[in-house]
Amino acid sequence: MKFQKRTIGLIIYFVLLMLPIYWMLNMSLRTNADILSAFSFYPSAPTLDNYIKIFTDESWYSGYLNSFYYVSMNVMISLLTALPAAYAFSRYNFLGDKHLFFWLLTNRMAPPAVFLLPFFQLYSTFNLIDTHFAVALSHCLFNVPLAVWVLEGFMSGVPREIDEMAYIDGYSFPRFFLTIFMPLIRTGIGVTAFFCFMFSWVELLLARTLTTTAAKPIAAIMTRTVSASGLDWGLLAAAGVLTIVPGALVIWFVRNHLAKGFALGRV
Amino acid sequence: MNKWQDNKAWFMVIPVFLVVAVSAIIPLMTVVNYSLQDIFGPDQRVFVGLEWYKDALTDSRLHDALSRQLLFSSLVLLIEIPLGILIAMMMPKKGWSASLSLVLVALPLLIPWNVIGTIWIIFMRPDIGLLGAAINGMGIPFDHTAAPVSAWVTVMMMEVWHWTPLVVLLAYAGLQAIPEAYFQAARIDGASAWATFRYIQLPKMRGVLTIAILLRFMDSFLIYAEPFVLTGGGPGNSTTFLSIYLVKQAVGQFDLGPAAAFSIIYFLIVLLFCWLFYQALLKVGTGDKS
Repeated sequence: MKFQKRTIGLIIYFVLLMLPIYWMLNMSLRTNADILSAFSFYPSAPTLDNYIKIFTDESWYSGYLNSFYYVSMNVMISLLTALPAAYAFSRYNFLGDKHLFFWLLTNRMAPPAVFLLPFFQLYSTFNLIDTHFAVALSHCLFNVPLAVWVLEGFMSGVPREIDEMAYIDGYSFPRFFLTIFMPLIRTGIGVTAFFCFMFSWVELLLARTLTTTAAKPIAAIMTRTVSASGLDWGLLAAAGVLTIVPGALVIWFVRNHLAKGFALGRV
Repeated sequence: MNKWQDNKAWFMVIPVFLVVAVSAIIPLMTVVNYSLQDIFGPDQRVFVGLEWYKDALTDSRLHDALSRQLLFSSLVLLIEIPLGILIAMMMPKKGWSASLSLVLVALPLLIPWNVIGTIWIIFMRPDIGLLGAAINGMGIPFDHTAAPVSAWVTVMMMEVWHWTPLVVLLAYAGLQAIPEAYFQAARIDGASAWATFRYIQLPKMRGVLTIAILLRFMDSFLIYAEPFVLTGGGPGNSTTFLSIYLVKQAVGQFDLGPAAAFSIIYFLIVLLFCWLFYQALLKVGTGDKS
C-alpha cells in the first residue's frame, strides 16, 4: 500500500517534469508556421527539417563541438586541480584553511553582468579571446569551488587510518593517492564530473562574452540565429532537444556512481 | 577535529588557488575600481569616492527589486528543499527503475538557461502552449505577459521545474549513503516513519543539504537568463529581480560606475546570507549528532 502511494506520487512528478520537455520535442518536429498557427498535442505532420538543418549547417553543428571542447577541458582542469586541494582540506589543518574553503565558494556569488567587461579585458590581455581554453578557464571560477566542496565531503568519509596504513606500508603519496585513494572515492569523482559538466554546459554569459566565432558555444548560436530571422521556434526547440543528449549520455554513464553516490561522504 | 597539522598542505591547494584567483581577484578589483569613478570614456574618469554606493543604497527601485528577490529566493528554498527531499525519498533505490529515475530527473538541468526561458514562453501561451491552454481551459484566466500574479506563478513554476532536480540528486545521493543497519535498528525499536526520517535520514543528509541550500540560495538570488527571456522583468516591474534591474542599469543606461557599485553591494548581500546559512548549518550539525 505504502509502496503504491510512493510510486503514484513519483509517476505524477515525472509526468509533470517531462511535460515541458515533451512540448519542446513536439515543437522540434513541426514547422514554425505550424507551431504558431494551432494548438496540437502531437505533431500532426512530423518533419525532421529542423534537425536536418542543424546537422548540415556548419554554423549550427560547430556550436555543439565548441561547447563540447571547452566543457571537456573544464571538467579535466576542475578535477585535476580540485582532487589534491580537496585532499588537503579533508586531511590537514593549515594556516587559513577554513577561510580559504569558504572563500572558494564566494566566487559563485558575484552577479555576472558587470563582471563581464573586466573578464573580457583580462582575457584579451593574454590574447585568449575566442579560444576554447579561455571559456574553460573562466568556467573554473564556479566549477572548481563546487568540485572542491563535493570531493572534500567524499574524502572526509574515508577513514584516515587507510592513509596511515598505506604510509606505514611504504607507499609514496602519489602512488597511494592514485592506486588506493582514488578508487575509493571514484563515486565522488563521477558525481563531481557530472556537476562540472552540467554547469559548464548550460552557462551562457561568460561563454558568449569570451568568444566571437571560432569557439562560439551552442547556446549563443541559438540566440543569434533566432534573433536574425524573427523567432524560428521549431529550429530552436530542435537545438534544445539536441543540447540534452550529451548530458543525458554523461548521466547514463555515471548513474551507478550517483546511485551509490556520496556513499562514503559525511557531506 | 582530528586532522594532521601541516602547513605544507598549502602546496596541494596552490593549483586551485591560482586557477580561481586568475578569474576572481583581478575582475573583482576592476569592478571595485569602476565603482569609485564616474566614467565618461576610456580616458575620461573622475574619482567620486562612495557617491555611487550612496545613490544605490537610497534607490527606491533597487529596494523594490531587492524585496522581490528576497521573496523569490525564500519561496525557492521553502518549496524546492522539502520537495526535493520528498521526491528523493520516493525514488527507487536500485535496479533499472533507479537508473531511469536518475536520468529523467537530471534532464531539466541540462538545457541551456536561455532555451528554458524560450521553451516556457510557448509552453505557457494561452493559445498554443500546453500548460497555458490547460490552465485557461479550466476557466482560470492566466496570461503571464499581462497579469503580475500569473507572471510570478509562471516564473516560480519554471524555477521549481528546473532546479528541484538538483536538490533531488543531492538528497538522493545522501540517502543512498545511509547503511541499511540503521533502518533495521529503527524497525526493531518500532520507530515510526516520521521518527526514522527525523532522527536518521535528516541528520545523515545534513552535509548534502548544506550544499543544496547554499547552491540554491546563491543561484536563485543571481537568477537572470530564465525570467529575463520569459517575462523581460514585466509586466510592469513585477518580475524585475535584482540581476535584471542591474542589467537594465548597466547596459540600458550605459552607466558603469553606479552599476559597479550596485554589483559590489549585490555581491556582499549574497555573501552575508550564505555565510549566515553556513554558520547556522554547521551549528545544527554539532548540536544534533545522533
